[in-house]
Amino acid sequence: MASQTTTPRSFQEIILRLQAYWAEKGCAMLQPYDMEVGAGTFHPATTLRALGSKDWTAAYVQPSRRPTDGRYGDSPNRWQHYYQYQVIIKPSPPDLQDLYLGSLEAIGIDMKMHDIRFVEDDWESPTLGAWGLGWEVWCDGMEVSQFTYFQQVGGHDCHPVSGELTYGLERLAMYVLGFDDGNEMPFNAPDAPIPLTYGDVFREAEAQYARWNFDVADTDTLLQHFKDAEAECARILEQPADDPKTGRRIVMAQPAYDQCIKASHVFNLLDARGVISVTERQAYIGRVRALAKACADAFVQTDAGGYAA
Amino acid sequence: MPDLLIELFSEEIPARMQAKAAADLQKRVTDGLVEAGITYAGARAYSTPRRLTLTLSDMLARSPDLREERKGPRADAPEKALEGFLRSTGLTKDQLELRDDKKGQTYFAVIDKPGRPAADIVAEVLEDTIRNFPWPKSMRWGAGSLRWVRPLHRILCITYDEQGTEIVPVTVDHITSSDITEGHRFMAPGEIKVTSFEDYEAKLKKAHVVLDAQERADHIWADATSMAFAQGLEVVDDKGLLAEVAGLVEWPVVLMGEIGEQFLDLPPEVLQSSMKEHQKFFSVRNPKTGRIEKFVTVANTETPDNGATILAGNQKVLAARLADAVFFWENDLRIAKEGMQPWLDSLGKVTFHNKLGTVADQIDRIAALSREIAPVVGADADAAEKAARIAKADLASEMVYEFPELQGIMGRYYIERAGEAPEIAAVAEDHYAPLGPSDDVPTAPVSVAVALAEKIDKLTAFWAIDEKPTGSKDPFALRRAALGVIRLVLENNLKLSILAALSSESLTKQVTELGKTLLSDVSSKIEEIQKRLSDPNYVWTVLGGTREDKEKELADLKIRREEVGSILSNYQTWFPQIPSDLLSFFHDRLKVYLRDQGIRHDVIDACLAMPGNDDLTLLVKRANALSDFLKTDDGENLLQGFKRANNILSQAEEKDGVEYSYGADVKFAETDEERALFKALVDADAEITPAMQDEDFAKAMTAMAALRAPIDAFFEAVQVNADSATIRRNRLNLLSRIRTICLSVADLTRVEG
Repeated sequence: MASQTTTPRSFQEIILRLQAYWAEKGCAMLQPYDMEVGAGTFHPATTLRALGSKDWTAAYVQPSRRPTDGRYGDSPNRWQHYYQYQVIIKPSPPDLQDLYLGSLEAIGIDMKMHDIRFVEDDWESPTLGAWGLGWEVWCDGMEVSQFTYFQQVGGHDCHPVSGELTYGLERLAMYVLGFDDGNEMPFNAPDAPIPLTYGDVFREAEAQYARWNFDVADTDTLLQHFKDAEAECARILEQPADDPKTGRRIVMAQPAYDQCIKASHVFNLLDARGVISVTERQAYIGRVRALAKACADAFVQTDAGGYAA
Repeated sequence: MPDLLIELFSEEIPARMQAKAAADLQKRVTDGLVEAGITYAGARAYSTPRRLTLTLSDMLARSPDLREERKGPRADAPEKALEGFLRSTGLTKDQLELRDDKKGQTYFAVIDKPGRPAADIVAEVLEDTIRNFPWPKSMRWGAGSLRWVRPLHRILCITYDEQGTEIVPVTVDHITSSDITEGHRFMAPGEIKVTSFEDYEAKLKKAHVVLDAQERADHIWADATSMAFAQGLEVVDDKGLLAEVAGLVEWPVVLMGEIGEQFLDLPPEVLQSSMKEHQKFFSVRNPKTGRIEKFVTVANTETPDNGATILAGNQKVLAARLADAVFFWENDLRIAKEGMQPWLDSLGKVTFHNKLGTVADQIDRIAALSREIAPVVGADADAAEKAARIAKADLASEMVYEFPELQGIMGRYYIERAGEAPEIAAVAEDHYAPLGPSDDVPTAPVSVAVALAEKIDKLTAFWAIDEKPTGSKDPFALRRAALGVIRLVLENNLKLSILAALSSESLTKQVTELGKTLLSDVSSKIEEIQKRLSDPNYVWTVLGGTREDKEKELADLKIRREEVGSILSNYQTWFPQIPSDLLSFFHDRLKVYLRDQGIRHDVIDACLAMPGNDDLTLLVKRANALSDFLKTDDGENLLQGFKRANNILSQAEEKDGVEYSYGADVKFAETDEERALFKALVDADAEITPAMQDEDFAKAMTAMAALRAPIDAFFEAVQVNADSATIRRNRLNLLSRIRTICLSVADLTRVEG
């Protein structure tokens, strides 16, 4: 693992280097999913593709939203909108740890100078009915990634097992670029004709969303959205597999899953508005999980999910 | 005889699982080998984050040949019996031997089981061990179905002796055994071929892997303490953290770093918790001031800059963590200084137990009980109640939310900042104590009152809802609570009637009230939902819950109403029994406690049978005196004399159908021995009665010991069952006086021997 790499100079350079690295390792370079999600795992390229028997590999940046983390753009390390970099390979290759360490070198972390540790951390997503075993990866005492071998998704045992890597890009970039305040780190090259910091790009929007998330979002509308998404998800999944128009077998797992994603995000917004009590919280999580499970059940009935007629 | 070396090389094993996994590997493999006839001289197991290792010395090269003889049917037995025997032995008829037996000619089967090479057995046992390893949590990976704690990469399995080294062939799924391991992930990557354990251990060390977890821990501790010492500081002892950190590294490199000046005013416990929980740092303290001033972290690698980059990174992470802690601390202090009311209010919304209401309800009960107990323990009732009301306030603070293990400790800081006296603040921490059997017991009267109230309330409350510990299940730690009460009473030498405390009026009233409130809450909710369900104009929304939700909730509530109702109706019959039922629970715990101190169970029983057995201090004083007494010669002999007297008396009473309890008269005495016994009993009584009133059991027993010689002499010289009915009756009544006097000290009938 000789490292000859230079230190990146900007947030985007870290993303570009990760893209180049994982493309070179053979991952399909996907784009972010076009919906509001809480984490990169929600992308159907991870959640759904981790199911079933077919091999799969993908890497992508996923803009993610956690309304309760909003700090009006004032916090040095918390934003309600942030980026995750996500890699999924199924079946998990035997050298996944080495591949991962290679990606750290690619973004300028020299293994000879730093202390990299794999510290036990079992991952669980109650809303997705998913869990796995793995580690949080520490670089000099700081968590820079989550490394998970998926065991179950949507209540289904994973066979084969997917290896999932999630990089919290802001935190990783702050460390690599040497900034204590994430808003100050360069988004593009510092010597670009128009240099921009992370704060230049996001601070204004952070304040706007924080205000909307916490105080303005109309809870009745959101509650209706939740109910609608739940109902539509169920309605989609109730349809017979055989499409009367084309005469083909079309199980609509992904459109149904879109509704599950929607319900999950609406729930997060309601949570930020503070209208969900502790006991209700569990009930809502259970409802989203029920949707995720139903979608997982449907996905394994599709070709992509390994269904063979 | 060959030695054996096994290494299972995997991705990083959670630190908390390593020691047990190494022990399990040793146990499973050695059990399997011994069962198959392979014995050995010595075994040792090791673990690092990436490997479990086992080495056996002087193992048998082959399992011994075995010859088994089995007796079959007689030669003239029916054909069926012979067939069955052949089937069960797997032999044919001509392989059997006919021998003369007592009952005639009989078939014998002689089965030879030749020994097998150790390597074959090792391979089978190892495969079985790997496939059935007792990990607390295991996983699959890739496309395989094998389970391990994290992906398993290599199996090293060799035997070796003077002749050389052999690989034991084992294949588990896609992994085939070899004589190869790997060094440190970063400092010495690559394969290493080994020929023996000594070779393995030495090559690993060269490849920057310290195999022995204890050696890693010792190294960490030695470096950490000497670094701290060099600066006039000391490392805060933490065995659990040391073991964990030793399981996170293969090549420990100890680094000491600075805590930013702006964080040094945080309470030391907060610094310690934050550094330990999040970062696995050791705290370094200034012994002069008691302040935590630095930290020690343990890296897994050596770097050209001697760890400077690593330390800088760790300091940065710590600063971010501590900035959070300062934020919590400052927010909490603001509320503390205003008297903590918002916390107390919010505890009204925190469930203590769903049948026992909120934490605020619990606090009310404890406060009332603390008042009642206070005078008994020499505390001021107002102070005890006040302390009880705020002792749990910190449960609602941000710091305790973040670090639950700081409950009580933060309470003490916050109550002090709220302007209360130190004795009140101390209760926050003290009222949970003692937690373990070796934990210190509070001695300050106010602390003792609230600590007792907290535990007695807990026991009564859980008894009231019939949640008693059963077998190994004690989810609410009620045994610990009872032991806590026992130690608080004994170690403070309290004269407290447990029965009175358990029957406390306030406790009874409050627990009953609680049940009624619960019932009326549930009933009004049911009414509300029923009203809504029967309203045709009601608009259903998700916020208010859908119709289906409400129907389900209604069904749940009806079940709940029944539950609460049955608890309430139980109060009528069950509640009056709680104190005596709980008292026997205390007695059971006390027996365990005293047995650990070397007091026999029958001695305890003899004292438990006496009146006043809910005064634990008295009970233990009596048990100690009796235990000491029975260890003396006089004590042992007196016990025999008492038993003899008691036996004769009981038999006579049974036969005659009367109780001899009165009227022995010295004028009917015929012998000197008899007269001497009369006198001795009068003398003993004169000493024992006042001694018992003073609860001076040792003195009473010494007086009782003086009876030994006269009783022995009496039985030597006198026949109790005399011909004269008058004399016989008089002697039986004399024996009765022995019984009465002895039983006034302890129930000696329960003492064995």
